[in-house]
Amino acid sequence: MTDARAAVLGRIRAALGPAPAVPEIPREYRGPGMDDAGDLPDRFIARVSDYRATVQESVAAALAARGFARIACAPGLDLDLPGVELVRDDPPLSADALLALDGIVTGCAVAVAETGTLVLDASPPCGRRALTLIPDYHLCVVRADQIVAGVPDAIASLDAAARAGRPITMISGPSATSDIELERVEGVHGPRTLDVVVVA
Amino acid sequence: MSRGGFPAAARAALGDTQMRRNVGAATRTIRAKRAGVVSELKDWEALRDAGAAIKARALATLPEQLERLEAAVSAAGGVVHWARDAAEANAIVAGVAHAHDFREAIKVKSLATDEIGLNAALAHAGVEAIETDLAELIVQLAGDRPSHILVPAIHRNREEIRALFARTIAAGEKLSSDPPALAEAARRHLRAKFLSVPMAISGANFGVAETGTICVVESEGNGRFCITVPEVLVTVMGIEKVLAQWRDLEVMLQLLPRSSTGERMNPYTSLWTGVRSGDGPKEFHLVLLDNGRTDVLADEIGRQALHCIRCSACLNACPVYSRTGGHAYESVYPGPIGAILTPQLRGLDDAPTLPWASSLCGACYEVCPVKIDIPSVLVHLRGRVVREETSRLDPEAVAMRTVGRIFASQTRYERAQRLARAGRGPLARLPVGPLRGWTAMRDLPEVPAQSFRDWWRTR
Amino acid sequence: MRIALFITCFNDTLFPGTGRAVVELLERLGHEVVFPDAQTCCGQMHANTGYQLEAVPLARRFVRVFGDADVVVSPSGSCVAMVRDQYPRLAELAEDPGLARAVDALVPRVLELTELLVDRLGAEDVGAVFPHRVTYHPTCHSLRLLGVGDRPLRLLRAVRGIDLVDLPDAQECCGFGGTFAVKNADVSMAMLSDKLRHVTATGAEVCVAGDNSCLMHMGGALRRQRAGVRVMHLAEVLAATG
Repeated sequence: MTDARAAVLGRIRAALGPAPAVPEIPREYRGPGMDDAGDLPDRFIARVSDYRATVQESVAAALAARGFARIACAPGLDLDLPGVELVRDDPPLSADALLALDGIVTGCAVAVAETGTLVLDASPPCGRRALTLIPDYHLCVVRADQIVAGVPDAIASLDAAARAGRPITMISGPSATSDIELERVEGVHGPRTLDVVVVA
Repeated sequence: MSRGGFPAAARAALGDTQMRRNVGAATRTIRAKRAGVVSELKDWEALRDAGAAIKARALATLPEQLERLEAAVSAAGGVVHWARDAAEANAIVAGVAHAHDFREAIKVKSLATDEIGLNAALAHAGVEAIETDLAELIVQLAGDRPSHILVPAIHRNREEIRALFARTIAAGEKLSSDPPALAEAARRHLRAKFLSVPMAISGANFGVAETGTICVVESEGNGRFCITVPEVLVTVMGIEKVLAQWRDLEVMLQLLPRSSTGERMNPYTSLWTGVRSGDGPKEFHLVLLDNGRTDVLADEIGRQALHCIRCSACLNACPVYSRTGGHAYESVYPGPIGAILTPQLRGLDDAPTLPWASSLCGACYEVCPVKIDIPSVLVHLRGRVVREETSRLDPEAVAMRTVGRIFASQTRYERAQRLARAGRGPLARLPVGPLRGWTAMRDLPEVPAQSFRDWWRTR
Repeated sequence: MRIALFITCFNDTLFPGTGRAVVELLERLGHEVVFPDAQTCCGQMHANTGYQLEAVPLARRFVRVFGDADVVVSPSGSCVAMVRDQYPRLAELAEDPGLARAVDALVPRVLELTELLVDRLGAEDVGAVFPHRVTYHPTCHSLRLLGVGDRPLRLLRAVRGIDLVDLPDAQECCGFGGTFAVKNADVSMAMLSDKLRHVTATGAEVCVAGDNSCLMHMGGALRRQRAGVRVMHLAEVLAATG
């Protein structure tokens, strides 16, 4: 194995030659903090709806609209929901236990207005990755101050999480495929229904 | 490649009317979607410039970046392996399965694993690799081959897929040919696998050296299942996929979704580093794959093919690919990028006709998010095939040298012009002269009695 | 202005009418045309077929023949693209810094016809009269390598009596591609088939383009089909006076 490592690195060095030109990166594109996207929550709501997520008025309203009364919850998310059984993922719920509930509610780490993207970073309000994967319904609570303009802003805000090695999941709408005659079908794997609530 | 190479394979493919309709419609649809979302970004050209430079810099500093990636992944509890070629990579993956006595592994679609023939190698080693992407599942169940890198089953219509599922994963069930019903059948079948199979294999879109982060971009959610639920995860990553910095993702994650599926962002992007207690696999292996990439790197002009982020925008823009489909290229990498990558990865003698599978129209270069100058690389590779693979006595080579000598002298040129008027001489036999290929389907212009220079001299 | 004409080897031999049209047009606009008759071929066929080394002497010849010209015009987007795009690379391949310098000095002075007319001579209305239904096909080299943009259409719109109709999917390649038309004849014909379907759908009598190479391919099939549509080089339309 060390043979392979040395061989590959040796080949690379031979291929590049003694002084390969290293280009500068031109950064004329809109970088972090450069974008004026106007009212970010409005733009986020419009864009997240474009990708078939439904924006609801509140967590209570969302669950009532769906007729859900028993829902799993990320361990670090604090919610007050009379009439709803909230099952915290602590200790971690089994797959069967998750599937027996109506769905999962989490917070997020950051949300991107330009693309309508939710980003979870495995922090306590987001929970572990399987939580938003196994259930068929995901309700994500986004604070208005978590909404950034574009992808560069989001990547910058995730820098610390990345360095700490936290797994990051970016979600833009429910899962989809266009593999059959290019007709888009929602919800192949992952939650088929995605609700979003934006709170102040 | 088979005898007759691309021209023969293309001729056969052109006669498949269903494939032509499907691929033609698919490429047209995705082209339009891409154009729409690209026009939303006023800084698209600046992003392309940055993307090209990011890839060029990563390649120019590749040894350092791979060492940094290895250190960061190892520090986070991952195990890094290096593979010189397909056989070594396959042995490493099989080895991980054997160490745990696993007989099955679920897979996320990965071109790199197709390239090395992983599934067949694992089957040989007693491990069944189960594809979980809907299109790859279709292709696998049908014993078929993918025809497009993004929508691999585009050559099949819904009735065929219904029939296929009815005899395999949905045997005994009533199944309509509605795409949602077909997707539901796949979902049920695969969920059982996701929650039970203990090993998964993936590729990687990007590997960030600075932080040790591996990134997988997808739509369906099967990728998320594969990299989260099983206890053991193996990722096979071509060495050219490395990015130097976390920050580089701010460019790449804008370029890739808009160029590939024509969306502002794809449904799911997963980023992870090594292993993490209580979340995801207990064991993570990263296999860094060469398999000819260092040969590509050694060609100063050809190496830009390694910038490719596998978006397939060039396929959708290509007037050749959109009519022949992917099978005609006889490679895991079809279309314009395939025409420059395949001969360099496998050796020019293995795919000598691919550099000519293009009219050099340039539509691919226009849409490439990382500005790979595919037409220039095609011309460069044509030169290499002529210099390295073609005999000096080859009739075409002789004709080209003859014509070159004629054009080098005014006297010889004007004499050849007069001969051409009489239907004789080397100019009359030029590749676009009266050859079978031309006159079979087009009329030929008559050579006028008076050339331009004759007219100029007598006016 | 004193303008040197690079006629191109295939126009010289097969389409002299295009050259005559360029001369008539430029003289009508009050300019002097010169024809250095030591010119032969730019080397595009060799370079694009993989015979770059054989193209180097042709590049040297071109630079020698046209080196002193104030401006060089050619009625061929693909040949101008060859000079602009590939000559620098040929000089590199030949490891000839002298040639590289000469190429760098000459390239800015080599123009495709519509670039010359619109950019240098400031003319969009060239006094042409052509009362026919016309559709225009933008050739790939002029469109993507030279970036001529809408210059050809602006020139055509100013032609008196013209009935100009848009060509659907105009930007799609016609399938000529030089030796591609014979090495991959089937794919070439599949592309041509769609291109001609769009041409005939416009109801145009004449299909116009800035490159006789593409026109030879399109016109050859239109004639074979007895389609009742003819092809014409843009220069010949612009030279027409009714």
